[in-house]
Amino acid sequence: MATHAAHAEHAHAPQAFIWKYVFSKDHKVIGIQYYVTAMLMALVAGLLAMLIRVQLAWPEKDYTWLGKIFPMGYDVGGGFGVMRPEFYAMLFTMHGTIMVFFVLSTAPVSGFGNLLIPLQVGARDMAFPFLNGLSYWTFLPGCLVILASFFVESGAAAGGWTSYPPLSALKGAVPGSGTGQTMWIIGMVFFIASFTMGGLNFVTTILNLRTKGLSMFRLPLTMWAMFLVAILGLLAFPALVAACIMLVFDRHYGTSFFIPAQIALNNVPLLTQAGTPLHQGGSPLLWQHLFWFLGHPEVYILMLPALGFTSDILSTFSRRPIFGYKSMVLAMCGIGFLSFIVWGHHMFVSGMSPYLGMAFAVGTILIAVPSAVKVFNWLATLYRSRIRFTTPMLWAMGVISLFISGGLSGVWLAQAGPDIHLHDTMFVAAHFHLIMAGAALFGVFGATAYWFPKMFGRLMSEPLGKVHFWFTFITYYGTFFPMHYIGIAGHMRRIYDPYQYEFLKPLQPINELITMSALILGASQIIFFVNFFWSAFKGKKAGENPWEANGLEWTTQSPPPHGNWPGEIPEVHRWPYEYSNPDAPRDHVMQHEPAGAAAGH
Amino acid sequence: MHDGGQAAVMEAHWGGGAAPFGATWQKTMMWIFIVTDALLFSGLLCGYAFLRQAAIQPWPKQSEVFSIPFIALMTFILITSSMTMGSAVTAARLGDHKKARTMLAITIFGGLCFLGCQAYEWSHLIHEGARLTGALPGSTLAAEGVPPVFTQAFFVLTGFHGSHVLSGLIILIVTLVRWSMRKTPSQGVEMAGLYWHFVDLVWVFIFTLFYLL
Repeated sequence: MATHAAHAEHAHAPQAFIWKYVFSKDHKVIGIQYYVTAMLMALVAGLLAMLIRVQLAWPEKDYTWLGKIFPMGYDVGGGFGVMRPEFYAMLFTMHGTIMVFFVLSTAPVSGFGNLLIPLQVGARDMAFPFLNGLSYWTFLPGCLVILASFFVESGAAAGGWTSYPPLSALKGAVPGSGTGQTMWIIGMVFFIASFTMGGLNFVTTILNLRTKGLSMFRLPLTMWAMFLVAILGLLAFPALVAACIMLVFDRHYGTSFFIPAQIALNNVPLLTQAGTPLHQGGSPLLWQHLFWFLGHPEVYILMLPALGFTSDILSTFSRRPIFGYKSMVLAMCGIGFLSFIVWGHHMFVSGMSPYLGMAFAVGTILIAVPSAVKVFNWLATLYRSRIRFTTPMLWAMGVISLFISGGLSGVWLAQAGPDIHLHDTMFVAAHFHLIMAGAALFGVFGATAYWFPKMFGRLMSEPLGKVHFWFTFITYYGTFFPMHYIGIAGHMRRIYDPYQYEFLKPLQPINELITMSALILGASQIIFFVNFFWSAFKGKKAGENPWEANGLEWTTQSPPPHGNWPGEIPEVHRWPYEYSNPDAPRDHVMQHEPAGAAAGH
Repeated sequence: MHDGGQAAVMEAHWGGGAAPFGATWQKTMMWIFIVTDALLFSGLLCGYAFLRQAAIQPWPKQSEVFSIPFIALMTFILITSSMTMGSAVTAARLGDHKKARTMLAITIFGGLCFLGCQAYEWSHLIHEGARLTGALPGSTLAAEGVPPVFTQAFFVLTGFHGSHVLSGLIILIVTLVRWSMRKTPSQGVEMAGLYWHFVDLVWVFIFTLFYLL
């Protein structure tokens, strides 16, 4: 029976290179495509960050050499190169946009989601493989449009990753508000369309295609995270689509959804020929509300997969069942729900009613409760366990560390009072780089090392992985921890030359330290790319289950064949966290092993 | 079990317990998509409500700008088409091929009537001076004191809804053709029906929130 099934799959797996690896409908290939694309985008966004950091540490230095590489970004007059302020605005805008949407929403969710969902729920493929392939081929044009926007005449979008009007609504506001902003919108529309297609597939696959015996409360926590992330994306992104529709009308057809009457461009009021205001009755605050209604769930779209990966990795390498499985699920659901009612905490300085501000503040602080539940559960899982310090485990512990340090500063920012002082300072940059960007990034690195066998059938190099982890971990804190301090001291978040202000001049040495740390952080990512490509081709061959883990993905070959299991799909008899059960013959019992295995027969 | 070729091999069999809500993945996917699309309209409607609340100029009386009985007729047509769609779904489920075909055709006719009414309403308002950016100076509407937010919300909301009706019609026509050729199961009719009901429901909200309130 099994061999017969294997034959059937072999016969029907596409053979031509273009159908097998390019326009594939196989979830594993699509997952890897997403992952690799996102990591290449990360390289671009990371390089932008390096330019930002160099500028902040030494704005007075001569950058003639950089001006030769980026002629649009530097004024090179009389043999002395200085960065243009609008180029700096473009750098942080595109760094944020690419990192948030095209890297950290893509690599963990679309990348690992596609790779893992059918493998962990026991399905041959996603529910709708064609839609899945289509979603990648919608995402890629989005990436290309965003990358192409660097090369248009006035440069890429420069209104911040949040694209607040009027910077984004008036074509002449800043140089990037012209074609660059248009391309930003087009890129985002592609991205949202692709994310929606992916999300539909995620939810229906997890709900409807689970294998026999796999009830929702037997799902690995990674699957719960993916399920919630897809729901968050499907509920939150439409708000941004609605906002983008109105923005397009404002920009190209003269409406005034976001533009009030009293607006002036370069000190000239915008008037019609008859002398009446060109725009009337719009409100820039409307954009902020719609954007943050997406924006806040969006940060959990980045975070939740990392929390799921961490739980799975932690349990495997501490050889302990995850502590408080149901409370973990409830905590993630709670975080997901709360994320929809706290968007106003991004807008405390917008002049909202203090009563409304208080409601948003209380809601935000409430998120600390499920977050703390997760942290304590992780610590309880680790407590008195025999930890195997592999690379994925190091990254998982890194996630916990960043989640705690970033979460604590979140409690400061959640309150309207302190936030009015800290708003738009480096303190905010420090906070979200630790918790949202850092934890998500560490989660991706951990997941890469952990599930690499299911991508390429090989293991990543452990020594290289560990060197990469320690360099990244230390320099990540070295880069973002001092930012708290300069933020409290008043260092603005989006300023191309802070030292034009007397009171910021003493902060330059700290900025230099941050920059040196950031440059090492950037350089150490080369180790990862070397490790990734070397291991993909030359790494140690992995068996079916190199980590002695329990999930369904470890019951098939590495990498799994087309159709995922050569024979029948395994049946599930328990949750995936059966480690160190004293009654069992081995220290782990896999999900598909029959009931007798757990009792030690 | 593998004689069905790739489809049989690739189709994963539900085994995790009772199928949630007794729905197949296709129908579940449609429902979730509808929720997503509904939130898109919520975004637009909330934006409209926000700007209307924040408007300095007084909001014009809708009954002076529009002919409310005409809009009510449009609403009636659309809701009737929802009813015939319901009959089509029931007939398709019961295997009454001919009745399902007739009902689908009537639904399509109703949708076309609605779009025709909308085109008439748009051209009428444009004739009275309504533009996307506000009322044309010196026009009838400008004399009635219609602020720019009013016309831009009108064109964007009804236009966006109209485009959904249009795509719904395309889906219905494709479904009708495939149903007549016996190429689609009754679930196909049901899913097209779900989308059509959703489009009608959105109109009820637009009718209430934009034309009546």
